[in-house]
Amino acid sequence: MATMEMKPPIATVGPLAWLRKNLFSTWYNALLTVFGVWLLYAILVPAITWSRTEAQWGAIEANLTLFMVGQYPREELWRVWLTIHLLAVLIGFSWGVWKNAARGFAFIALGAGAAFTLISLYFQWDIWSQWLIADLILLTFYLIGTRVPRGASFAAVGWLAYFPIVFLLVAGSSRIEALPPVPTSAWGGLLLTLLLTVVGNIGSLPLGILLALGRRSKLPLIKYFCVGYIELIRGVPLVTILYMADILLPLFLSVDVRPDRVLRAMVGFILFEAAYQAENVRGGLQSIDRGQYEASSALGLSGALTTALIILPQALRAVIPALFNSFISLFKDTSLVAIIGLFEILRVARTILAQSEWLGTHREVFLFAFFIYWGFNLAFTYGSRRIEDALGVGKR
Amino acid sequence: MVESFFEKTCGTFCITMNIKAFWRDIRFLQILAQVTFILALALTALYLYSNVTANLAKQGLTVGYGFMKNPASFDISESYIPYTAADSYQRALLVGLINTLVVSVMGIVLATIVGIFAGVARLSSNWLLKQFAAAYVGVIRNTPLIIQLMFWYFAVILQLPAVREAVELPGPSYLTKRGIYLPWGEATATYDSWRVFIIVGIISIFIIWFILQYTQKRASVPLSPWWNVLYLIVPVLIIYIGAMIQPEPPLRKIIPELAGLNFKGGYRLTPEFAALLFGLVLYTGAFIAEVVRAGIQAVAKGQVEAARSLGLSTSQTLRLIVFPQALRIMIPPVTSQYLNLAKNSSLAIAIGFPDLFSIAGTIFNQTGAAIEIIVIMMLSYLSISLFTSLVMNIYNRRIQLVER
Repeated sequence: MATMEMKPPIATVGPLAWLRKNLFSTWYNALLTVFGVWLLYAILVPAITWSRTEAQWGAIEANLTLFMVGQYPREELWRVWLTIHLLAVLIGFSWGVWKNAARGFAFIALGAGAAFTLISLYFQWDIWSQWLIADLILLTFYLIGTRVPRGASFAAVGWLAYFPIVFLLVAGSSRIEALPPVPTSAWGGLLLTLLLTVVGNIGSLPLGILLALGRRSKLPLIKYFCVGYIELIRGVPLVTILYMADILLPLFLSVDVRPDRVLRAMVGFILFEAAYQAENVRGGLQSIDRGQYEASSALGLSGALTTALIILPQALRAVIPALFNSFISLFKDTSLVAIIGLFEILRVARTILAQSEWLGTHREVFLFAFFIYWGFNLAFTYGSRRIEDALGVGKR
Repeated sequence: MVESFFEKTCGTFCITMNIKAFWRDIRFLQILAQVTFILALALTALYLYSNVTANLAKQGLTVGYGFMKNPASFDISESYIPYTAADSYQRALLVGLINTLVVSVMGIVLATIVGIFAGVARLSSNWLLKQFAAAYVGVIRNTPLIIQLMFWYFAVILQLPAVREAVELPGPSYLTKRGIYLPWGEATATYDSWRVFIIVGIISIFIIWFILQYTQKRASVPLSPWWNVLYLIVPVLIIYIGAMIQPEPPLRKIIPELAGLNFKGGYRLTPEFAALLFGLVLYTGAFIAEVVRAGIQAVAKGQVEAARSLGLSTSQTLRLIVFPQALRIMIPPVTSQYLNLAKNSSLAIAIGFPDLFSIAGTIFNQTGAAIEIIVIMMLSYLSISLFTSLVMNIYNRRIQLVER
């Protein structure tokens, strides 16, 4: 038998093999790759040149505070910092207590704090120390959290108390001398966006749960009312609801009650979001096995107790990913309050564009607004995914 | 014991009238709960109603649709039906409704195409393409649509060169900050007779549908999917032949030409319309891309493996096995994306496109008729939503798996 000269086998590992497999596997893939590289070049080179030469990033730097808090009185800014530091306390503590579940958000907070410290140092803004303090607080409370017995209950109470405290800090009160009231017309920027998002989400959840239970009720009148409400709200755009809350709410309330604009927008968001939360929760309710109902009635629990103790906890747990998703979509949707005249990020952007020295900086300003939303959503998605993983949602 | 005590005190009366401990009877409790609910609802409604009347009386306003016939006395920058400022509010609202419908329908069609391409690209074996698609979907989905619209309008379209330095694209089409100019057809003398052929062409689609249904019922095996090509070929042929047999072509191509300070001729997409359509299509396309990707990935792997082991090629596997099954999974979420697109078109107000919402807002500013305007707005959007979901539900039912 003649000895056969065998060619060496084609490499299956290494950069060349990777290129062949992922970029040049067929002739049309090769064409696509060449086109893609050209496209990347055609987009990136002008974009980078623009951002380094033409772009006036000064428009952002000069208005950074406006972007973050709007017209919030500058001498009261320490309150906003305090809410950030309190958040650092809570995140650090929760990280120490719950380890895995809170780790995602803790890493993000740490990273963001460090990044903001460095950025502020680079641009010589004096806020760098605040960010550094926030990071140090977070680490300190992480260490405390790992050592405190029964830390979980402290953390839970802390989170429950956090939002009312933030509200008190930001809004102030005429009764507390150290916290003079700040009218909601002065709230703005990212601060207002976040407040609307949190209030809209948390406020709509109870209403959403009631609507979801009502929709699955056997009583026809209650059921059809809930179906009607949910479908009506889901069938119309959010702007019309906000518009309605802005214009009609004062008409519907008694003559001497005049809710302010931010409050009206919050009511609009709650009414709107409740319909979507109801559908999320309904999904969870439907995922509960019938055996759970049967077992609980075999144990002698009444209908209400079954719902409260057996069904809802499981249903809510099953829809955690959906709840996180609606948090993100509401966060984006808050930009619509610009239409009814609230001073959130988009409105800030438009204000900057009206300043005589920054005329025509549309690209810079809008890109920065995109960046805020995008960065926040990315961070939130990462953190919430860590929570879902740690809770094993959807894995069991 | 209890039973006998009950018998003794109440006797046969209670049993026959069935009023034994009625407060524990579930049927009674159910009715009681509903009556309470309705009462609470009615009381709330009454309270709100009295507030509304008090507030309106204080402001000296009355509720009613009488104002709808009054002249609107504002101009609308684009309209598909004749409209002047002397026309009524009613007519102005109709203009807005038609604008909303036009942008929604065009947006739905284009977003579907973009979404399918981007969704398939996310599963491509080409690494670069996959990254492109992922970046597109990631950035678009995580930023608010209203800011995207304003970006496209203020930072892209309004920054295009002036009319004299227009960017020329094949067609020839021209991109300028005054709008996008496209070549267009102009009706000639034979256009009217040609229209008959267009109508016949559209009718032929229904005829083909009936014929295919009928043949399918009599055939023992499923018809080849290639017969569906008839839906496209027959009407196109009819319309084309219709154009050929005319003494002169029914449409003449009109090329936009620079005349003075503006382009003349051709079709002009206004900057507002272009920005709105572009923004809506890119935004919804990214969401549809995720639906498409999830739908394809949700088809069980065994299906692909079985198809390959039966000797089907890659494209056959995709076309005959994966896509039909993925389609069933995709229809409900795609429907809700269509609804979102139609609802999101109300953001047109941010860039000054005269859609239903922005015209209704103008009318409210002029008349102060808050309740009437909001009712009209909600009903219009609700009907658009309901109609879209009706159509999609019918389609959904047709393609669902029929289980025996």
